[in-house]
This record gives sequence, C-alpha cells and structure tokens, in this order.
Amino acid sequence: MTQDEYHKALPGHADFVLPRPAPPKPLNGKRPIPEPLADPVDIWDQRIAKGLAFLRRRLAGAYEVDDFGFDRDLTDTVFHPMLRVLYRDWFRTEVFGVDNVPDTGGGLIVGNHSGTLALDALMLTTALRDQHPDRRNLRLLGADLVFSVPVLSELARKAGATVACNPDAERLMSDGELVGVFPEGFKGIGKRFSERYKLQRFGRGGFVSAALRTGTPIVPVAIVGAEEIYPILADLKPLARLLGIPYFPVTPTFPLLGPLGLIPLPSKWMIEFCPPIPTAHLTEYADDPMVVYNLADQVRETIQATLLTLLEKRPDAFGR
Amino acid sequence: MVSSEAAAPPRVVVVTGVSRYLGARVASRLAADPRVERVIGLDPHEPPQALAGQLADVELIQADARAATAVVADLGAEALVHLAVTSAPDPQHGGRAAMKEHNVIGTMQLLAAAQGAPKLRKLVMRSSTAAYGASFRDPAVFTEDTEPRAVPRGSFARDILDIEGYVRGFRRRRPEVAATVLRFAPFISNTANTTLTRYFARPMVATVLGRDARLQFVHVDDALEILHRSVIEDHPGTYNVAGAGVLALSQAVRRAGRLSLPLPEGTLSSLAAVARSVGIGQIGLDQIDLFVHGRVVDTARLVKEFGFTPRTTAAAFEDFIAGHRTGSSLTADRLAAAERAILDGIRQVRAAAERTDVNS
Repeated sequence: MTQDEYHKALPGHADFVLPRPAPPKPLNGKRPIPEPLADPVDIWDQRIAKGLAFLRRRLAGAYEVDDFGFDRDLTDTVFHPMLRVLYRDWFRTEVFGVDNVPDTGGGLIVGNHSGTLALDALMLTTALRDQHPDRRNLRLLGADLVFSVPVLSELARKAGATVACNPDAERLMSDGELVGVFPEGFKGIGKRFSERYKLQRFGRGGFVSAALRTGTPIVPVAIVGAEEIYPILADLKPLARLLGIPYFPVTPTFPLLGPLGLIPLPSKWMIEFCPPIPTAHLTEYADDPMVVYNLADQVRETIQATLLTLLEKRPDAFGR
Repeated sequence: MVSSEAAAPPRVVVVTGVSRYLGARVASRLAADPRVERVIGLDPHEPPQALAGQLADVELIQADARAATAVVADLGAEALVHLAVTSAPDPQHGGRAAMKEHNVIGTMQLLAAAQGAPKLRKLVMRSSTAAYGASFRDPAVFTEDTEPRAVPRGSFARDILDIEGYVRGFRRRRPEVAATVLRFAPFISNTANTTLTRYFARPMVATVLGRDARLQFVHVDDALEILHRSVIEDHPGTYNVAGAGVLALSQAVRRAGRLSLPLPEGTLSSLAAVARSVGIGQIGLDQIDLFVHGRVVDTARLVKEFGFTPRTTAAAFEDFIAGHRTGSSLTADRLAAAERAILDGIRQVRAAAERTDVNS
C-alpha cells in the first residue's frame, strides 16, 4: 500500500480538498515581479543618442534661456544629476511636508542658512526637484558677492538664481515661480560650529515685503544637516578682510588638507517644509514695518521650532 | 491745447542725423506718409550715396546743431525727431571728442532751439538701454523706472545719461510738448551695420572669460515702426524698445556658428584699448560692460502703449544670421550631420562587438 492509498483509506480524508488560496491582490500598487518587456530596449543606445543630442543642442545654441538667465536644459541634464548624487548618496536626505509647497503659482520658501558654503540652498533645490509631485524648480536669491565673481555668477544664473533684490524677487513671484531665500545670509553660513542650529538675525525682512506686495504665500523650511558638513572652528577675520570675503573659515580639514578640505563631511540631512503662511490678505501692509517685522519673526520662530523637533528625530549627526 | 489737435499728426517734422542709416530711413518713411506735409532733414554731414536715393522727398539742410534754432523756429516745426546720437567714436570724424560734442552739446543746442519754437508740440528722442548702467547689484530685468546704480564707465552710456538729463529739463520747461524717449536695445537686422553686428560677423568672437551676458536686440524694422508711430501718434513718456526674450552671449555666438575666444576682462579691455588707438576695431568700454553684465529690459509698457510687439530677440538675431552666413563654421546643419555620423559609428562598432561575442 502506497502512502496515497493509505491516505485515502483514512476516514474523512477522501473528500478533503485544501482551500484554494485567494488570488493575489496588489496592496500598494507595486508589482512583485516585473513583467518581461515585450521588446528589450537597448538602454545604452538611448543614453548615447540622448548625450549626443544634448551636445549638439549646446554647440548649436538650440536651447532657451529665460530673462534671468535660467537654462532649463543645462540644469536638468548636468546640474541636477550631479547634485542628486550628493543629495541622495552622500547626505541621505530625508524630506518631510513637501505637500506644503504649492503645486502651482508663486511661493516664497524661507530657510535657515548654514554650512560655510551654501550647499543647503543647492540641496533644497534638489529636494524640490526630486520630491515635489510637480518637480518644481526653486529660483534662489543669492548674495551680490556670488554675482561679482566670474564663472560662479554665470553658474548661479544658469541654475536659476538671481541677485537678492526686491524687483527680481517680486518679478519671479508674480511670474508664478517658487523663490528660495535665506534671510540670515552670511551671518548664517559663516557662524561657528558652537552656534549650530541657532537662527541668526533675519535682516530687515525685505523678503516679507516682497511676498506681501505680490500676495505670495511664505513657506518656512528647516534644514538639518548642513551645520556639520564644514564645522567652522575659527574665523580668520584679517585674512577674510584681505581677500574681500565675509569670513575665512578654519574647519577640521580646511585649510589643513588643502583642496581635500572642500569635501563635505557626510552628515545626515533632514528637510522639513512647514505649512504655508498666506499673505494675499495683507497686500496693503507691504510698507508697514510693524506687520513686516512681525511676519518675519513668525517665520523665524517657526523655523527655529521645527529645527529643534528635527534634531530630536536625528540623534546622531552622522547616523544612517 | 485742444486734445484733438494734439492727436493729429504733425505737419512739419524736423529729423536730425539723416546722414546715417536710421535717420535716413525714418525721414524717408515720414516723407512717404501723406499725413505729414514737410520733412526736413538736419545734419552737419552730407548723406552718403547709398542713402541719397531714400532722401529724395526730404528737404535736406546741411547744418550742425548750432543752426538748429533758426531752422526749427523759422520752419514752424511741429515735431522734432532727434536721432543724431552716435554710439561709438568714429576715428575718421574726430574720435571721442567729436562724439561727445555731437551727442551731448548737439542735444543741448537742439533742445535749446526746441524750447524757443512756439509751434513745437512733439519731441522724439533716441536713447539707449545703456541708460541703466552696469553693476553687479542690478536687478535682472530693468523697467523704465530703474535708476542706474553708478555712473557707467562707457562713453556712450555717459552721453546717454547726459542726454536724458537734458530731456528731463526740457520736459519741465515745456510741459505741453509731448516728449517721447525711446530706450533702444542694440539694433540688429540682416543689413544693419553697427559695432555689435560687425563684432558678431567675425569668424572668431572675443568674449569675457567666466561671463555669459544676457543680451537683447531689437530689429531695425521694428525700431523704425516704433519711431514712426511716436511721431504720428501721441505717446509721451519713456519706453524700453527691445525684442522679448534673451540670448546668452555664448548662445548667440553659437547660433551664429562663430567660435568664441574667451579672454580675461582685463586682457580684453587692454586689447580693445590698443586696437582703438591703432584705429582698428571699435570695441569700447560700453561693449565690455555689456558683455560682463548683460542687459535685459521689460517692454510691457511699450507693448501696452503702442499696441505693437517687436519681434523677439531670437527672431531678430535669426534675421541677422540669415544675412551673415559666410564666416560661420559650426552651423546647426553641420552639427546635426556630425551627430548622426557619430551615432551611426557607435552603433556599428557595438553591433560588430556583439557579433564577435556571439561567434566566440
């Protein structure tokens, strides 16, 4: 007697059928096994063709530049892929509250500034391009110093930045662009490591009056992680004055290791967008210093509080 | 003054600077307009042969601005179109000193004459977007209300500021005269011959290292249309005249199929100074400032007031390229052919490599 025959001979087992498993139901919209492609595409051929087409467009000048010098073609093909490596693999950036950034129309993103070199501005741009459902471009407002240096000024303009002044900010916001501003300026990025995550003074609040004049919502954003990339231990003021720059940083690796000191330390980054502050009802108060000051203060307090909660989420500055 | 009278086209128009291309074209177009009875061309130089044909219907008076008082008052001029503004010193006509004499003193005397002309009711001035100066702190886009941050170093830009200063004075003294100031972006067309078109026509174009200025142009035909409308219609005020959109200098050089030669700003300045003193080339500080800082203006006010949109900067530059095919090396067609050839080559090499893989 085989095992099967013995099994059938047992009482109650002959008509026993195992229940059918339920048909697989996708829960999160993801397929567990990718379907094989009907026609295998030669990915390298596509890449080469795309790269050559880009080169030809650049050499023939067949691309568009907007009034501010923003070059979408160059930014999307060259700048963003490079920044994304830094953003994703080096800083392991996590983004919260990206749905607080408007999908369409103007917006003023106000952030804390830190990190000796303004990498936080670049990472904020990458975060919005990468995480925002509409892949929005952030138009940064930069210091005069950036635009007086050859090469750097043109890189900044091509990446969509412009000089921080009210006419430019208002023009961009009325054109429905997202504008990024760091009111702390050099006070923020040039501060010592011991003062990390302490917001500096917010200038005269020029950014608030620009937003009020155009009725653009203000989105405060807190950026954690930039403080640790180049910790400033000392600031050689006389040398800075000699070179005509706002500060001359001494970090654990710079100027000790020379150009190697320019490699940022791989800190863990977190970016949180706070709920937008509407300003459309305040347009007539654009020149009222009290309203402007109070609003700037509200933005500053929001960023400071968000920074502290983010820091609690990130116990180890260099953790995973 | 009755408003209907002010709206009527002027019967007698005096145009200065008719010995030059722009002046001659404006004068001949006004002469062809039946609403204008007399067009008088005022210029210290005799128009060259090439332009003489266009000026057949224009009464020419060869006199400099000092004689303007008599001309403007005696002829009963109702409109004065001042186009005698030179943008670069001409070594054959006395260089920079003569340029300043012509631009600044000439305008001063002409406006003095205009002030004493009882019948005058319209003044049209040619100005330039150089009036905005050049600075790192400038906003990216200039509106008519933007003030220059500092006195520019270029001679033309300084002349323009002086000229506009005189017009402001004139507006105060004769508020009933409709004064139109047109700030033109650099002119361009397939036949225009300016410092900038000669610059872009060379096979190798010197640029400033590490700078890529945003440029705007206006097509000469659109400039003529705007000038004509400012004389015939009433458009008091200051207006930017430029084609919408922007070309980066490097982009313009590439679209024209030229090669750029980037030089540090200091080297370029001294080379240009040497070239000027030898009498070749006219790249002045005005041009270098333009190539360092770029200049973009907002033309919303012009489009609204004149109901006319000049063709875009890119379209105007396309017309220039069409007229200057010779001397271009890297044309779009050649690049497209090169792209196809390289892609084909790579595909063949990869196909051959795959075949050997399969065979082995």
